[in-house]
Amino acid sequence: MSADTAANSTALRRRRAATAGFHLGAGALAVLWLLPIALVLVTSLRSFDDIAAHGLGSWPRSFTLANFGQAWSDGGQQQALINSLLVTVPCVLVTLALAAMAAFALSRYELPFRRSLLLLMLGGNLLPPQILLIPVSKLSEVMGVYDTLPALIGVQIGFGVGFYVFVLHGFMRSIPAEIQQAAVVDGAGPWQIFWRIILPLTRPALAALSALSFTWIFNDLLWAITVLRSDTKMPITAALIGLQGQYVSEWNVIAAGSVIAAAPTVAVFLRFQRHFVAGLNLGAVK
Amino acid sequence: MAVLTAPDRKSPARMPISGRRVRGPRRTPPLVLAFVLVPLLAEALWVFWPALQGFYLALTKWDGVSPPQFVGLDNFREMAHDDVFRSALGHTVLWLVLFGGLSAVLGLAAALLLQQERRGVGFYRAALFLPVVFSLVATALVWQAIYQPDGVLNRVLDAVGLGSLQHAWLADQDTALYAVIVPALWRQIGYVMVLYLAGLKGIDPALYEAAKVDGASAWQRLRHVTLPQLRSVNAVVLSVIVIDSLRSFDVVWSLTRGGPYHSSELLSTYMYSTAFQSLRLGYGSALAVVIFVLAFGVIASYLVRAFREAD
Repeated sequence: MSADTAANSTALRRRRAATAGFHLGAGALAVLWLLPIALVLVTSLRSFDDIAAHGLGSWPRSFTLANFGQAWSDGGQQQALINSLLVTVPCVLVTLALAAMAAFALSRYELPFRRSLLLLMLGGNLLPPQILLIPVSKLSEVMGVYDTLPALIGVQIGFGVGFYVFVLHGFMRSIPAEIQQAAVVDGAGPWQIFWRIILPLTRPALAALSALSFTWIFNDLLWAITVLRSDTKMPITAALIGLQGQYVSEWNVIAAGSVIAAAPTVAVFLRFQRHFVAGLNLGAVK
Repeated sequence: MAVLTAPDRKSPARMPISGRRVRGPRRTPPLVLAFVLVPLLAEALWVFWPALQGFYLALTKWDGVSPPQFVGLDNFREMAHDDVFRSALGHTVLWLVLFGGLSAVLGLAAALLLQQERRGVGFYRAALFLPVVFSLVATALVWQAIYQPDGVLNRVLDAVGLGSLQHAWLADQDTALYAVIVPALWRQIGYVMVLYLAGLKGIDPALYEAAKVDGASAWQRLRHVTLPQLRSVNAVVLSVIVIDSLRSFDVVWSLTRGGPYHSSELLSTYMYSTAFQSLRLGYGSALAVVIFVLAFGVIASYLVRAFREAD
């Protein structure tokens, strides 16, 4: 065997070892991360008698889908999921529409104080929500919307919009001015420039932010328990805490409720994974 | 006629309309003004105005029914003697260090491992990232089941012969806070990893080639090439972590409500229970101001960076 081929085969062996090592390490990490999810899925499919007799941490000896029915109807998850969607969908649409409008005006026109306005709006979003909780709950009482879904929609839009303005501003700024100038020469007004030219070019950023904001708003707990009181109006996150109180130690039902609560955002993630990751990175100020 | 701004502000492109330059005061179309004002008003109503009230309420004593009573700095003086406040502040700092520090270090480690473009790496990345999309409440319930006295954690400890370590993890004052940090970390590491993955992708491979030619070891390449190149991402991660740490509420609230005996109390949970359960709205507002002060440095530096970028 010549020295050349010997060196080649050592390199090949070393590369194989590196590959095996990589999959071993990364695989172990992935299993560790997925284990709690697998556990909750298994628990949601066990019967209460099985858990009571053998313990929560035991190997499953039963299989049932009844827990989902119980969480869904008796546990109030159905109503809660409807509430969540009634809040989340309008919030995402209105927030992104408002943010796109403001970002368009601030990035494409020379308004006075535009940089200060942009930072003011971003700054509002960076505030710790705690400073707003008491005044916001009183404000919604004064406005007569306390304990209604519009109050939750309002505060979610008001608090979220600044961040999206900032991100979309960064994106729209990079659209070449020549495109817009050509439209102005053709006699297009601001609305046509916005609707026909800038908005279509911003679509990737809007897609990314939609996926991101859907999860954020859907997963919120703090604003919901600040402006809502009745159980029938709570979104799914707060309802899940209610379920935890209602079915103390009935882990099969609580697990089923958690699966129901997580399913919509997991679906959005799996469907729009690329947008999702892009959105997180758009949001990072570099 | 509005003047359009070119992306490069050094050379503002004036619009020649019908062969002549636009002169005189620049007028903004009313529609464009409305585009800014409507979102601004929405934010003013739900954020700026309440924030101002929040700062004022911190100087009052208020039960939410009778009108607030101005008491100056009394609320802040009371904090000095409030043991629960002091332990909540300590826990918040511990949370910042442990939750923040570990999610940064482990997120970077995961990114370094999973940056290699190999077959199957997409699956591993997705696995680490999946918990990010769960709500913190759902996350908390998943881990609550794990922590139960008859739960998986105690079973596993028993099976590997460490039965003496079995605990009621969430009910024990010594372990409750740490038991709450773990689920928060499980969810945060994937997020930080994504930020670092993007940062690592932006490093010029030629730098690594040059370091290799100079005989730098893998550790030296990490220490002298990767980490300095990640400086801007580090700044982002730091802001995200501090802001997220001070906001942490959901996971503690769902798991322990700050208990047992305030042993897992954070400023955010103490503020919430003071305001909405004890109905001490003035003192609660003062606690919120403390949270704001802690976050202020990071918010300011974030805005300064944004300001530079917006130019």
